[in-house]
Order: sequence, then structure tokens, then C-alpha cells
Amino acid sequence: MDRQPVGSSLPRVDGLAKVTGRARYLDDLDAPHAWHGATVRSNVPHGVLEGFDRDPSFDWSQVVVATAADIPGKNVITMIEDDQPALVPVGGTVMHHDEALALIAAPTRALAFAAMRAMKPRIRPLPAIFTVEDSLAKKVVLYGTDNVFKQFMVRKGHATDAEFDAAIARAAHVIDGNYYTSPQEQMYIEPQAMMAEWTDDGRCYIVGSMQCPYYVHKAMKPLLALGPDQVVITQSVTGGGFGGKEEYPSMLAAHVAVLAKRAGRPVKMTYDRDEDLAATTKRHPAWTRHRLAVDAAGEIVAIDIDCVMDGGAYLTLSPVVLSRGVLHAAGPYRCPVVRVRGRVVATNHPPHGAFRGFGAPQTTFPYERQIQKLANLRGEDALAIRKRLALRSGDTTSTGQLLGFSVGTDEVLGAIEARLGAKTPSTDRVKRGRGIAFYFHGAGFTGSGEQRLAGKCTLAALPDGRFEVRSSSTDIGQGALTIFTQIAAQGLGVDPERVCVIEPKTSLVPDSGPTVASRTCMVVGGLVEKCAVELREHLAAGDGIREVTKQYEPPPGISFDDATYTGAAYPVYGWAACAVDVAVDVDTYEVTIERCVHAVDVGKAINPTIVKGQIEGGTMQALGWALLENVVYKEGKVANATMTNCIVPTFADSPELETITIEVPYPFGPSGAKGVGEIPMDGPAAAVANAVEDAIGVACDVLPISPESIQRSLS
Amino acid sequence: MKLEVTVNGDAHTAEVSPWKRLLDVLRDDLRLTGTKEGCGEGECGACTVMIDGEVANSCLIAAGQCHGRSVTTVEGLASDEVLHAVQRALLRCGGAQCGICTPGIAVCAAHVVDRKLIDGPDARAKVRELLAGNICRCTGYQLIVDAVIEAAKELS
Amino acid sequence: MSEYLRPRSVEEAVSMIAAHPSYMKLAGATDLMVDAKHKREPAGIVDLWRVPGLCGIAETDRGLAIRAGTTWLEVQRHPAIVAKWAPLAAAAREIGALQIQARATLGGNVGTSSPVGDSLPVLLALDVELELASPRGLRRVPYCEFCTGYRKTQLQPDELIVAAHVPATTAKLAWRKVGTRRAQSISKVMGASAIELRDGVVTDARVALGAVADRPIRVRAVEDAVRGLRPREAADAARAALRSAITPIDDVRSTSVYRRDVAENLVARFFTDLAA
Repeated sequence: MDRQPVGSSLPRVDGLAKVTGRARYLDDLDAPHAWHGATVRSNVPHGVLEGFDRDPSFDWSQVVVATAADIPGKNVITMIEDDQPALVPVGGTVMHHDEALALIAAPTRALAFAAMRAMKPRIRPLPAIFTVEDSLAKKVVLYGTDNVFKQFMVRKGHATDAEFDAAIARAAHVIDGNYYTSPQEQMYIEPQAMMAEWTDDGRCYIVGSMQCPYYVHKAMKPLLALGPDQVVITQSVTGGGFGGKEEYPSMLAAHVAVLAKRAGRPVKMTYDRDEDLAATTKRHPAWTRHRLAVDAAGEIVAIDIDCVMDGGAYLTLSPVVLSRGVLHAAGPYRCPVVRVRGRVVATNHPPHGAFRGFGAPQTTFPYERQIQKLANLRGEDALAIRKRLALRSGDTTSTGQLLGFSVGTDEVLGAIEARLGAKTPSTDRVKRGRGIAFYFHGAGFTGSGEQRLAGKCTLAALPDGRFEVRSSSTDIGQGALTIFTQIAAQGLGVDPERVCVIEPKTSLVPDSGPTVASRTCMVVGGLVEKCAVELREHLAAGDGIREVTKQYEPPPGISFDDATYTGAAYPVYGWAACAVDVAVDVDTYEVTIERCVHAVDVGKAINPTIVKGQIEGGTMQALGWALLENVVYKEGKVANATMTNCIVPTFADSPELETITIEVPYPFGPSGAKGVGEIPMDGPAAAVANAVEDAIGVACDVLPISPESIQRSLS
Repeated sequence: MKLEVTVNGDAHTAEVSPWKRLLDVLRDDLRLTGTKEGCGEGECGACTVMIDGEVANSCLIAAGQCHGRSVTTVEGLASDEVLHAVQRALLRCGGAQCGICTPGIAVCAAHVVDRKLIDGPDARAKVRELLAGNICRCTGYQLIVDAVIEAAKELS
Repeated sequence: MSEYLRPRSVEEAVSMIAAHPSYMKLAGATDLMVDAKHKREPAGIVDLWRVPGLCGIAETDRGLAIRAGTTWLEVQRHPAIVAKWAPLAAAAREIGALQIQARATLGGNVGTSSPVGDSLPVLLALDVELELASPRGLRRVPYCEFCTGYRKTQLQPDELIVAAHVPATTAKLAWRKVGTRRAQSISKVMGASAIELRDGVVTDARVALGAVADRPIRVRAVEDAVRGLRPREAADAARAALRSAITPIDDVRSTSVYRRDVAENLVARFFTDLAA
């Protein structure tokens, strides 16, 4: 080995298969006997399913139809709460547009779709609600007694609202802002896809595009009424996830499994893009009121935040998304008194769900606009004010977490300052501006989540001299296969060529926890490292032990109180700063990003090129969210459910990205690594808004900052 | 119709509807699954192939229109197991992440560098214009642009 | 299964279309094949792709003849178009992206006649004449009279668009597309102009807009208002005239207010750019 595996930009181990087109995604797998599935969906946002009208002219003998009655076990997609069915039963309530009602399998995809069109649901409409105002006003009660799926409260430096009000009253100035962040589509380029097959011994094998095989496993056991060994879930090569394949694959798995049982043969389902856009989860839209109270010297004395998210029709992962949003809402700034209230409420929109950042981008945008408004008010430099107010080691967060190690504030802000030169001046055609944002992101599951998950990983020495990593962490493009290879090789002291990471198949790998929350490298990679170091010792000792399994243990002194929302919300945070230069066209109000410099503290870059790719991909999703991405709902239906109208940035929309990787090591991560997946998504939208405000002198507090919105605010 | 088409240098015949999409002919009839479907509406570019040397979205091509023509897919970029310069550069530069857009990008980029369409000044801007029909959601495009520039240099 | 006809000449194409008026006329297919897997198979297809006599660009002393089967990639790379009709080349470069430009044809864009068709305002500003063929022979139609409504044209079921004739011009030409993003985008507003200037005064102008009405339009009110004015005055007059001339719509891609405002800005800019 000429070089240490960790820290080198090893080409991705799955790269050759991908650049040659040999990588087999679900729809590429050989399945000559498989039938194709299609889904009959609701065409109203709320109503009672009374039955189906089947076109009598269609030859129904060629296809298999499945309804809720065909589900062998419990008709529920197990997640946090058992409120979402896999198929709405006849007599049951349709909660959103494009909800799954019945399933068809046929020998060809075209025939399955023809049957789907020939099967019309009969739904008695009910009144529906589409706004958080109507939800909070209980115009229609969809969930519990008040439509609130979940509420969180963070209190720092005060016990009662009266004490809090007194702190605000003492402030010299209060900046009061209202912000809206829009729903966003993940737009993985491989649509959702899944296949199921039952064997004669009553086992169900499911393979598909997914982030979390054990989530699907957990959901299928009750739904199919099977024991843990009777259902086997395998991840196929997955064409992007970004959170969009965290929860929805359980729905798809349920559908193909039920169809395959009815059809007595394998059934596969690959969504069309329009179906994927219409039916699957998006980023929660959020409305935030943020009050920033400062004293005469410009020190923050109190922060008050009230954030409401639209959860859509079912609870799904909304409480966890909200939790992360709430825990990041006060930002990486010193403040003695903080009150954060977060609520996520029910509407008749399709459920919103996981998307990179997981609530944090929604609350980062408001606080970084507020800090900028404070800078504008005081005439203070955008970087200087952030340096002055930022959290550092020795400070406490809004949950009272005392920060110690791995705080990259000065490193990321310093890197941005060193890189930025002078601004380019405006012309008679374009107005130019510069915006800064600074933010942090907790890595791993929130609070005691990692302890509850108790993720495991196994490393085994094979008889042929190679080593095998067994984990349920999936490679969804972020490079898990490659970095696990590097970490294991490093710990074992062997060449990466001798390490293989096996496919995530629940019968072969332990539950390492889901592939979410910027936890794969830091948490599961940490287990790989521990396994490797220990296995190396066993091999050196010759004690005959050739396989090591490790389970997550929290770093010492890290604890969180879920009841009071106080303590260490995350074991460690990533830190980042972003600077954006924009040009606003005075004729068309189009915003061009002329420069984007992003400095991100990742602890340690296990693979610098992969880390750069992660940061840049997240940055571009954030820039797209800032300027042009949106999901438009009309009466609860996605009105722009095509790639033509639900747009994401192209090569031509993206600026040259200037990425600076900062390494402030986390002592309990593998070689010092912490999370990187989500943080690049959190802040760039605020940097864009701050830059556009700098250019045109008008506040941009609503996403997306479309040419239409700029035109409106200037006229 | 009896379709006669050359794919990656090999002559093929297939009995297909002339309305069938080239994408489906490649994937289903010829089992060349490197060409991907991302949208079916000519937006994402994952299904990009070359037809008689020009790039096209194979989801927008009717089988009948390929009769007697020569199609190159991602499987045809490498010759005798030697990768095309674009494939090598994508691998080296980290231009592929989830990989689902990669076949389309590799085909389009190979066309662009083989035809020397980005030579001269503003090469990076030219890459961004010429590859704008290929959407990638993972990379932010930067490392792909790096790869195409490297491949072009290698071939010049 | 569809009958598939592959004509080898314009004459053969015309007779096939006349014999089978219900058959789909397919050239670059970039519009007709969108979501094809869920579309009903047509009764038959007349494949116009690369039909001899239907492709190519010829320059004469009176202008250009662009055969209808010419792709936008061929248009944007043609040296004479780049040199003398630059807005047409520029418009061609903003139709979809490379994959679309290499297949989509002039005849397809004109025949589909979408209100957001990317090349159409330029063709209006250039005062193009279309050449149509049918069993009754050839006829020429000024493009400004061709579009009759939302995706409706003068083209008869048995007619084939053969060529667009672009007259030589001394006018200053300009064009701008404002789309939903920088490439591979649907137009929200497009403007094109051909302005004759003598001694610093506008003597004649053709101003066209796209995506602001049910079809691409020439804005005669603007053209009448600017004659005899200096560019800066003309810009103001154009704004005033445009205000009551168009009533764009709200849709999933943009708003009426935005389209109206930006259309004014584009048109005004066409004139102020000549003031320098």
C-alpha cells in the first residue's frame, strides 16, 4: 500500500459498473417471468371509497386485481404511527389525491396500465383542507382532535411565557420576520421501483430501489403476516434517494408483495415520472415567524420562533422532520433565552416526508435571513456579524448543549473570508449582490435515537484472504460502499482491493439503522472502523476469531432529555458557511448565480472527491430550491407533475462551484469524520436570498425567489 | 415491422411495432439496459444515445425511424474493454454518483469530445451548454464538467 | 400495428399524406413522442425524417430557403444564418438542448404551432414565407397569416410544410427567450424584432412575441406606434402600445403580470439597444 486508504480519493468501487452502463438497477434486472404492476389512484383529495366500476369491455381475465382485502396481514405502512394504509379499503377514507386504492398486475406494463385506466374508483367526496391555517382552525378535522400531528417546544433561559416575554421586552430592538419555504421534490433520476416474489415455502423476497432495507422489513412483517425470517429485503443499485426513498419504498414493497401473492409469480413495479411526482413524498413546506431580540450593542438577548409545517394527509415521518427543524431553528448563534415552538399539521396534501436536511433547511432559511436583517440594520459586515455572534467551543446551543470538540465556526468563516475578493459592480442591465450564510447541522439521529437504534455492523475475514463488510447501510450514490471499503482497509491495514462490502440484504446483514441523517459515515463507518481494528488484533493474536460485530455506543457524556428537549441533541455538529454572488437581470428579473463558495466542516474527508461531490450535489439542490424548484398544488393535486414543469437545475443553470472542505475532527468518528450529507442543503438558499436583497434592496423572505416574485416585489 | 438496426456495430433485426420507442427496443428486445428511462418526456437525458453520430433521447424516437440506421449506446463507448476517455475521466474525477444519469451523460459527453465541440475558449461554458439536456441530481455538475474537460484534453 | 410509410421524395410524401390524411406525420418526433408509451398507437405513420428534398439550407441573393426537415442544430451551425440572421441561430440554440436540437425540425415547430414554440416569434419578425405542398401544387403563405388560433394553422390535412423562405434584410434583428430556466426550458415570454433605422429614426419595425397569447403574435400596435421615432422615444411608445395589446395568462409556469411586464421590457430594450 503506497497510501493510507482513508483520506485518498479512491475511485468509487461501483464506478466502473456505472460508467459502462453495466450497473443493474431494479428495472434492468432479468425477470422474464415477472408481471408488471400498476396502481389505481384516487382522483379526489378527500372522500369515502365506495367501490370500483370496472369497464365491462375490458378482458379482466388477462390481469390480476388486488385490493385492501387481499392484504394478508395488517393494512398499514408501519412507520411512526399506524395511520397510513397500503391501500384504502372499500368503505374507508381517501385522504389525499393520488392515494393508492387498488393494484393491477399484468404480463406487460401496457396491459397493466390499460386495466388501471379501466378501473374507476367511486369516491363520495368530503370537504378537504389544503392550508395550515384551515388545518389549525380545524375547518375539517383529519387527525386527532386538532389536526396537530406533533408539537415540540424548546425553552432555554426561561421557564414560563411570561418570563420569556419579559426578556423580549428588555431588548433594544426586535426584528420580526415571517418566512415561507416551499415544498421540494427530491427528483432522483431513477423513479421508485420494486419487485417481489414468493417462494413455495411461503417466504417473500423483495428487491428494489431504497435507502433503508430494514424499514421495509419492519413494515412488511405485519402487513404480510410473516415472521422476521420469512421476508427478505434486498436493495438494488439505487439511482438517487435524497430522503425520497426513505419511507415510500415500504408502500411500493407492500404493493408488489400483495400483487405477487395474488398473481402467483414475481411482480415488478416501476413508477412513471408523473406518477412518482404526483404520489410520493416531498419536502415539507414551512411557515416560520422569527423574532430576533437584540440589545443596544447588537448582542442577541432572545430568540422566539414559531414554525408550522404542512405534514400532508398522514403522519409518516413528520414528527422527526419537525424535531430536526426545531432543534436547528435558533441557529449556530449565542443566545441566553430561546423559545422555539414547532407544529406539524394535517392537510389533504399527499404526505410530505424526508428530503436532505430533514426540516433543518426550512428553519435555517429564516434565521439566516434574520441575522442578515440585523446586519443591515446595524450596517455591519455580513461576515463580521456572524463571526461576532457565532457559537464556539464553550458556548451552549438552544437545548443547553455545551459545545466542546469539533466546532468549525472560525475555520469555515475564515475560509470564506480568505477566498472572497471584491464584488463585481452592477451595470445598467444587471444588479449585483452578495450574500452570506452560516449554519450547522447535527450528525446522526436526534437525541437518544442512535442508542435506541443500536445499529450494528459486521466485518469478517474470508478464507480467501479477503474481508467482508456486512451492513444494511445502502449506497444511494453518496459513496457508502467506497468509504466503508476505505475505512475497513485502513483499520485492517490491508489494501482496499481486499475489502468487499456485500449487498444490503436483510438475511445477510445486521440492522445498521437507516441510511439517513448524515449518519452512514460517522455512525456506521465508526462501527466499521471498530470492527476492523478489533479483527486485526484477533488475526494478529491468532485466536481463531475471524468475525467481529459491533453495536453503536454513544460517546461519553452525551445525553438528551426527550421530555424537556434539553441536553445534547446531537453528538456533534457539522459547520458550514456559504457565499453567493448574484446578478439580477433588470429586464427579466432572472437571478444568475455568478459565484458560489461553500466551506463545509466534515471532520475528516474519508474520500475527498466523494466528499466534494456530496457537498456540491447538496449545494446545487439548495440553489435550485432557492430559485426555481417548486411543487405546485391545485386542490390537493400536484399541478406540475412532469419533469417539464417540475424543474430542477440543468448544467446551464449551475455556476462553477467553489468548494472548500474543512476538517475539524470529531474524536468519536472514524478517523475524525462526522456527517456531510445534509448540511450543504441547509444554508445556500438563505445566502441567495441575502444576495438578491443586496442586489435589489428588497427583502426576499419567500421561496422560491422566482423572477415572478422579484417582479412583484419591485413593482 | 421487421426492424433492421445496427447497434454498437452489430446488426440486429427485431419484429416490433414501428411506434415502439427506441428506448424499449434497446432495453426489452436487445436487453441493452445501460440506456435508462428517467422521465419518458425528453427532459432528463438518461436515455441519450447516438443515432448516425448525433445525440438523441431514445424515449422520443420511434422504432421505425431507426430502420437502417446506426445506434450507439453506453455499452458501445468502450472498445475491446478499453474505456472511452470520457468514461475514464468520469471515474477518475468522481463524475458518477448514483450513476443512473451516467450512461446518458457518458454518451453525450463522448459525442461532444469526439466531435471536438468544446475546443477553444470557454470550454467549461460550452460543456454546460452542450450537456444541458442531461440532468444529474447528485453531483451539482461540477465534477462532471471537470471530467469532460479532462477527457477532451486527453483526446486533443 | 401502425402502417409505416417512408417516402423518398417530397412528391411521394405529398401523395402518401393525401392518401392517408389520418396518419401521423412524424419528423424529429420530439413533441409527438413525448410520453409515447401511454399514447394510443397511431393508425399509421408517414416518416418525414431526412426525406430527400426536405432537408437543407440554401442562400440566394433574395434570402434563405430553409427546408422544413432541417434540424435546429443545422440551423444554428449554418454560417450564413449565424452571420446574417443571428437571432434565428440564437433561438435554435435555446430549443430544448442538444438532443432535441439534433432531431427537432423547423417544420415540426411551425406545424405544431404551440403558443410557446421557441422559433416562432423569430420567424414572424423575419417576415418568413412558408411554402406548402399538396396534390393541388405548391402555395406560399406569409407566416404572419399562418397561425389562426391555439395550435391551429392554415395547414390543410393533405398539406405538407416544405420550406421557410427568409427574406434578406437590412433591419437590425434581435431576439430573447425568457424560459423557466437556462436550458431545456419552456418559454415564459419571447420577443423578436426587426427594426429599420434611417438617420437615427425608426422607419419600420416588426415586433413579435411568444407565450403571451394563444399563438405567436406580431404586435401591430407597437409597430405602428414607433414609426418615425428615435429609439428611446420608440421604446416608451412601444411600452405604452404594448400595454393594451396583450392579455397573457396565469399558468403553472408564470403569471400574467410577469409576462406583461417582461414583454414590455424586452420590446423596449430592442429599441433602446439601437440608441447607442
